[in-house]
Amino acid sequence: MTLLAAERLSRAFGGVAALSDVSFAVAAGEVVALIGPNGAGKSTCFNLLSGQLRPSAGRIRLDGRDITGLGPAAICRRGVGRSFQITATFASMTVRENVQLALLAHHRQIWRFWRPAAAAFRAEAQALLAELGMEAEADRAAAVLAYGDLKRLELAVALAGAPRLLLMDEPTAGMAPGERGALMALIRRLAGERGLGVLFTEHDMDAVFGTADRILVLARGTLIAAGRPAEIRADAEVRRVYLGVDA
Amino acid sequence: MHGFLFLQLLTGLASAAQLFLLAAGLTVIFGVTRVVNFAHGSLYMLGAYLGYSLITRAPPTPVGFALGALATAGLVAALGAGLEIALLRRLYRAPDLFQLLATFAVALMAEDLTQRLWGAEDLALPRPGFLAGALRIGAARFPLYDLVLIGLGPAVYLALLALFRTTRWGVLVRAATADRDMLACLGVDQRWLFTAVFALGAGLAGLGGALGLPDTTATLQMGFSSVTDAFVVVVVGGLGSLSGAALASLLIGLLQAFGIALVPRSTLVLVFVVMAATLVLRPHGLLGSASAEAAGAGAPALVRPATPALRALALVTLAAAVALPFLAGPFLLSVATEALIALLFAASLHLMMGPGGMASFGHAAWFGLGAYGAALAALALRAPLPLALVMGLLLAGAVAALFGLVVVRLAGVYLAMLTLAFAQIVWAGAMQFEEISGGDNGLLGVWPPRWLGGPVGFYFLALALCAGGALVLRRALHAPFGYALRGARDAPQRAAAIGLDVTRLRWAAFTLAGAAAGLAGALFAYAKGSVFPTYLGLGRSVDALLMVLLGGVGTMSGPFVGALVYTGLYDALLLATDAWRLVLGAAIIALVLLFPDGLAGAAARRMRA
Ligand SMILES: Nc1ncnc2c1ncn2[C@@H]1O[C@H](COP(=O)(O)OP(=O)(O)O)[C@@H](O)[C@H]1O
Ligand SMILES: [Mg+2]
Repeated sequence: MTLLAAERLSRAFGGVAALSDVSFAVAAGEVVALIGPNGAGKSTCFNLLSGQLRPSAGRIRLDGRDITGLGPAAICRRGVGRSFQITATFASMTVRENVQLALLAHHRQIWRFWRPAAAAFRAEAQALLAELGMEAEADRAAAVLAYGDLKRLELAVALAGAPRLLLMDEPTAGMAPGERGALMALIRRLAGERGLGVLFTEHDMDAVFGTADRILVLARGTLIAAGRPAEIRADAEVRRVYLGVDA
Repeated sequence: MHGFLFLQLLTGLASAAQLFLLAAGLTVIFGVTRVVNFAHGSLYMLGAYLGYSLITRAPPTPVGFALGALATAGLVAALGAGLEIALLRRLYRAPDLFQLLATFAVALMAEDLTQRLWGAEDLALPRPGFLAGALRIGAARFPLYDLVLIGLGPAVYLALLALFRTTRWGVLVRAATADRDMLACLGVDQRWLFTAVFALGAGLAGLGGALGLPDTTATLQMGFSSVTDAFVVVVVGGLGSLSGAALASLLIGLLQAFGIALVPRSTLVLVFVVMAATLVLRPHGLLGSASAEAAGAGAPALVRPATPALRALALVTLAAAVALPFLAGPFLLSVATEALIALLFAASLHLMMGPGGMASFGHAAWFGLGAYGAALAALALRAPLPLALVMGLLLAGAVAALFGLVVVRLAGVYLAMLTLAFAQIVWAGAMQFEEISGGDNGLLGVWPPRWLGGPVGFYFLALALCAGGALVLRRALHAPFGYALRGARDAPQRAAAIGLDVTRLRWAAFTLAGAAAGLAGALFAYAKGSVFPTYLGLGRSVDALLMVLLGGVGTMSGPFVGALVYTGLYDALLLATDAWRLVLGAAIIALVLLFPDGLAGAAARRMRA
């Protein structure tokens, strides 16, 4: 069942095309990797899908419904969670409060002016952090976390919104190989258990080929290949452009 | 009719040239150092005073005049360099607000020193023959000197362009404006580049001040009034953009000339509308770029709930406040009443500036609107005190809600400047529309009713409404709304990605802050028995800023500490010395250098350590 469909997406910055005519789909429960060299347009693609940027042309559908042009908050409310390539967390809050705020937003309880927020969804937040192995960091300031922990916190914050589609821009950057494997395994499990559709970018090829059901290859803003890991590995064009191997 | 249009055109061009000379230095300094120099108007004022002293001593010839103006520019440039070396160098890494505050303090001190050196009288340059000539246009006369100005504006613009385009130094300046990190990579000694740029900007201000002398008089007020004009030009043009400043000067100069002629009292409103419209359509000004944002404020501090010790301290303070009327005399009681009002005023600014991340330089607008709203309700509608207070709060809140629609889409210095401009316009409105506001004479006779029980009764009312109001705001900040607001400040993209409506949150905070400040102003009207345009003035906006920064923006207790300490200090200073501007300015600079995270922030750090 198609969850996300990108149809002929394009985006230009001041006349320079960062993404042109890109189409693909992600099904519920499917884990899809978007790879490509630096500057290929991966982050731009994510920013279009999550509403951070507007496409210059093309359509985005979620569950068949057109969400093109909606803002990031509206897209989030339709079940799309994301992490950023450059981590973005709430620096004036503790790790747990970061997740609590996301839970409050998800449950539409932001416009409350009296009851202290410290007690709201505390247990749920703790449980989410435990799932990511971060329960010990709950009371630390988000601003002092190591990079790998920040990435994990971002994932916890994204998951707090109970998304159906998860977009992760380089989720394991800055992590040790062991941590990386554990995180990718967790994502696989969530996809299986909750029917979560996942689109992620990643530079570590072991993580990509070991985790993804399908791989999309982007180069200079255009999709040059799409298919199962084995197909991508064998694709001559991909080997030349990206894997750096002369075919 | 054609003659009239032509005359207005020339008038507009002359004031555009004057505006450009004023603003060019500010934008050049900002472009390179990212410092919004509040003392720029003071440099301009010094240019006028120094220019007066030099030009009146020079032979009364065009050459004497020109040499006097150039020497003034040189002297003010040297002063600017000294200011940069002595003060601003220490502040480049500080939050941009601190640079604004420190330069504001310099402006305060400059006003005091100028008065000491030149006296309080306005100084008008005697007009020798070569300055008195005029062109006949129909029935009107247009000063020949203004024709010279019309030529000088573009000449200075072209000279600056040539300086930036053709010299190696100019290339470095442009590189620094576009990308500061790149400059560091080029191995350029930033410090002397900054000093030189500061000197250039100051010299331009000095030149502008001296060249303005034939048309205006040198006054002590011109420091603050001209800096507002300069900010408007620079913000409309785009911070850091020289051509933007030229374009904006032209736009505003012409608009003022034709506006004044067509609708006599419309000019200020027109200028504001132009500024607001420009910023809505182009949030970085006409020719500004996104990269020219002011320096970031650094990572926000972690906010923790009140510790038991802090709660105990708060309770003790509250008990002391309740007991005060039984112990203190009338003078202390009135000081305490004002301190309470200051507390609510500071807490309202803290809400939008700290957790909301929107620093305002015009918070007095809401305070003053509240005061006028209450006074007009009491005097014109004969509303009883409770109703008048509500009217004050509603007027401020409603105007803040409307203005907020525009302003919360901006950020950083642009937002601070637009709020400043708005407050100046409300102030000018209060001065101009005498039939409603009483103009300079204000509105008198706003006294609390007898049933309130005199000063003691009013003190308790202020305690209930102000301490209560500040605690309510604090409570909201610890509620989900406050977390969401902080989230939108800490990481706007992330906030939007978890479904928060960042703009609406900021708008709500802005409106809430406006309403709370309005209540404070309404109470102040009753405390003083009168309302004056100064309630809307820049000085009062800066009071609020100082209280918040003194307490610490990043802490929730900041406004409480800041308001009490500041009111105490201020009243003590007023009693102790007539050089209060000088002392206050020095105190602000000391604060900025010694307690960058405020008193409450410093205390919190000490407790944690
Ligand atoms: N906001 C922007 N303004 C201008 N150009 C941009 C912007 N964002 C990305 N680009 C350009 O678009 C291209 C794709 O960038 P990006 O999507 O970040 O690639 P990736 O994530 O694959 O490394 C790059 O050439 C980049 O310079
Ligand atoms: Mg990227």
